[in-house]
Order: sequence, then C-alpha cells, then structure tokens
Amino acid sequence: MTIRETFERELQRLQDEMLVLGSMVGKAITDAVDVLKRRDMEGSRQLIAQDRLINEKRFRIEEEALVLIATQQPMAGDLRVIAAVLDIAHELERIGDYAKGIAKINLMIGDQPLVKPLVDVPRMADKSRSMLERALDAFVRRDVELARAIPAEDDEVDVLYDQIYRELITYILADPGCIEGANYLLWVAHNLERAADRVTNICERVVFTVTGEMLELDGKSSGL
Amino acid sequence: MSDQGRPPKIRIENVSYSYDGKLALRNVTLDIPARAITVLFGPAGGGKTTLLRLINRLNDLIEGTQMSGRVLLDGEDIYAPGTDLVELRRRVGMVFALPLPLPGTVRENVLYGPKLAGVRDRTRLDEILYRSLQQAALWDEVKDRLDDPASTLSGGQQQRLCIARSLALEPEVLLLDEPTSGLDPISTGKVEESLFNLKRNYTIVIVPHSIQQAARVADVAAFMLMGELVECGPGSALFVRPRDRRTEDYITGRFG
Repeated sequence: MTIRETFERELQRLQDEMLVLGSMVGKAITDAVDVLKRRDMEGSRQLIAQDRLINEKRFRIEEEALVLIATQQPMAGDLRVIAAVLDIAHELERIGDYAKGIAKINLMIGDQPLVKPLVDVPRMADKSRSMLERALDAFVRRDVELARAIPAEDDEVDVLYDQIYRELITYILADPGCIEGANYLLWVAHNLERAADRVTNICERVVFTVTGEMLELDGKSSGL
Repeated sequence: MSDQGRPPKIRIENVSYSYDGKLALRNVTLDIPARAITVLFGPAGGGKTTLLRLINRLNDLIEGTQMSGRVLLDGEDIYAPGTDLVELRRRVGMVFALPLPLPGTVRENVLYGPKLAGVRDRTRLDEILYRSLQQAALWDEVKDRLDDPASTLSGGQQQRLCIARSLALEPEVLLLDEPTSGLDPISTGKVEESLFNLKRNYTIVIVPHSIQQAARVADVAAFMLMGELVECGPGSALFVRPRDRRTEDYITGRFG
C-alpha cells in the first residue's frame, strides 16, 4: 500500500468516525424529546450519561485529525476535509449538549405535569434530526447543492419555535402559576432551535470542503 | 503583500525555451512582485530551474538552446542587445543547491565580490561584511570566527554564507535553487528565517526542495508542470484551494 493509499484510508476512517458521532447525536436529540414526552426520568439520566460518550468521541476525532495534520502535512482538498471534520465534530458535540440540556430539563420538571401536551416540540426535534442527517449525507457525497438547500429549512424550525413561544405566552397570561413549567418547555424549544442553527454551520463546512469558499448560508432568522 | 498593484519587479513574458529542440518551457508568463518571496514548484523536469536561470541569463552559454519571449527587470528587457551581464548579475544574485564557499576565510568569502568591484575602504568593507552576514542571519554565529576557513562552517552556515556573499553585492533580486536541499531541519529553518527577513528589502525567487517548504515561505506560488505554468497565486490560497486539478493532485501527493 502506498503512502497516499494509507493516508486516504486514514482520512476515510476519520470521516466514518464523524458519521458515527453524527448518528449518536441525531439519536440523542429525538430520544431526549421522547423521554420528555414519556416523562421517563431513568431515560433522561441515561441520556445525560451518554453525552459523555459523545464528548469522548469528539475528542478522539479531534486527536486523529491532528495526528493526520502533523504526520501527513495535508494540503488543498485533503486539508479542507480535515478542517471540516474538526469543525463539524465540534458542532455535533454542541448539538449533543442541547440534547443533554433537554434531558436535564425533564429531570428539573420532575413529577410536575407538562403545562401542555407536546405537539410542535417533537416536530422540531424530527425536523432538526432530519436536517442533520441530510447535512452529513451532503458531506459524504460532497453535494454542494444539497448543502445549500438545507439551511432554508431552518426557517421551518424557526417558525415552529415562534409558534411554541406564542402558545406558551398565552398559557402564562391565562395562568401565571404555570410560568415555571412554560419556561422549561421554552428552553426545550430553544435548544432545538439552536441545534438546527448548528446544522446550517455544518452545511457551510460542506460547501467549504468542496469549493474552498467560506460562505454564510443564512436563511432568514426568527429574530429570537 | 505590500507591493500589490505596483508593477512587478520581474515580468516573464511568453517565454519558451528549448534544449536541442526539446521544449523545456512553453509560453510561460509570470509576474514576480518586488519585496516578496515567489516560489516556483512542481515535479522534477517541469522547468523551474530553467526559468530561474533565465532570470540572470545563466543559460546563455549552453549550446543548442533557443529562447523566445521576454524577461523584463524593472520594465527593461534583460535579453536586449547591449545588456551589461556583469551589472545584471550584480543586481540579480544566485544561490545554488549545494553551498560552494570559496577557498579562504569567512571574511574573504563575503568580501570577494565587493573587492573585485573595486571597494577598498576598510570601514566600507567592514560595513558590508556586517550587513551581509546580519541579513543572512549568520552574524551571531560567526562574528568570532571571521578569519576561520569557510570550510570549517557547518553545511547550513555555509549556505547562509553563500547568501551573504550574494548580498554583499547589494543585489535587488535573489534567486535560490533548492538552497536547503542538503540541510537538516534546523539549518533549513535558519535559512528560511533569513529569507523572511530579506524579503523586506529584496525580491526573492526560490525553487523549494519540498512542497512543505513551498507552502511555508511562498507569498506567491507558481506551479510548473512539464514546462508549463499551470497556476500561480498567493501561497495562502494556492495550498488551501488550488484552482487547477493538476495542482491539487500534485500537492496532495497523487502524483509527482
């Protein structure tokens, strides 16, 4: 096997590891909302513990990327892939933190009932996860068109967030006693909104990997 | 680059060159900016050294060669009839891959050129000695050994001595052909360090000994392949996002 082939294998492995991290994080997002919906305290505690695995995976990816840089002095397309992996691994870890945040909120709500049934929140979670999975797919396939298209969907997440916000305000106005419970759910929605924003950053990295262009892929934002 | 927008120090214009009918350079056009490091890199046999040597007419004496196009130094064609070759080579210095100190002391090596050019004044010669060795980042290491034989210096020191010897003639352009190919990483670092200091005052054109060196030192990088200039641009851009597939393939080690 030539040096180039060995390098390519290592580079491929690095990207595979990143995809594994991506699927761990995507699952964490929908699981966190699922256990909240089921009020499953044990499930939340498990998710919080699993976040440590996400962090460890991210550090391992980072370390392997640095070893590749130090030992292979990659340039051009190779360098951009490694830079993108470093950045995307960071974004993924932060999305994992949002999932952990949601799991924590479930514990904080404790045995109090939810102020309202969860309808839009699971939709936000599904949407964010789907965006994340397709963003990583765009990375694997070096698909710039797909990467440019996904951030527009962030607007849908923002619309859901606005909707949840307004709805929770009406609950608070009707009964100030539910301020705390409404606030918890608003945090949950906010975490999901942030997760989708980070998917946009991942899409920007995909464009950079393929074209070398640093491009801001801003859909219009919710203003919140 | 500080000199962006100004006319280039050197302009290579549609230059083709052949040895015995074999084309070594094919219609190369390249602007070399003043006070910056321009790197010519690419696989062996690409025409880098040929191009470098054309800039101070070192290929003139090789038989059976043919050249077309122009090489302009400050807008003047250096191949125009009546060009003073001694003056040209004073203005455009050359440092080769293997350090070739002259027999004699460190001092004699540096002052050989100026003395030949008629400088006699002791104070002036001392000034030249100090300035040249300083600029080549060698002064601190040899200031107490100025009258030792140059051959007692290490390889890296000898190469910087050769750079100092070129600088003693107060050139405007310094051409370097793989100046660190025989040096260890520490000495290589020191030579690169001296180039970094020199670019404030000189125009530097270098054929690097590796792609990594090209990436480290290039303000402007020009990729040459089989006698052709494939791509040229700021080093900071070319090694991150080359425009041409062939450049990408070469710098990522897919061929060459």
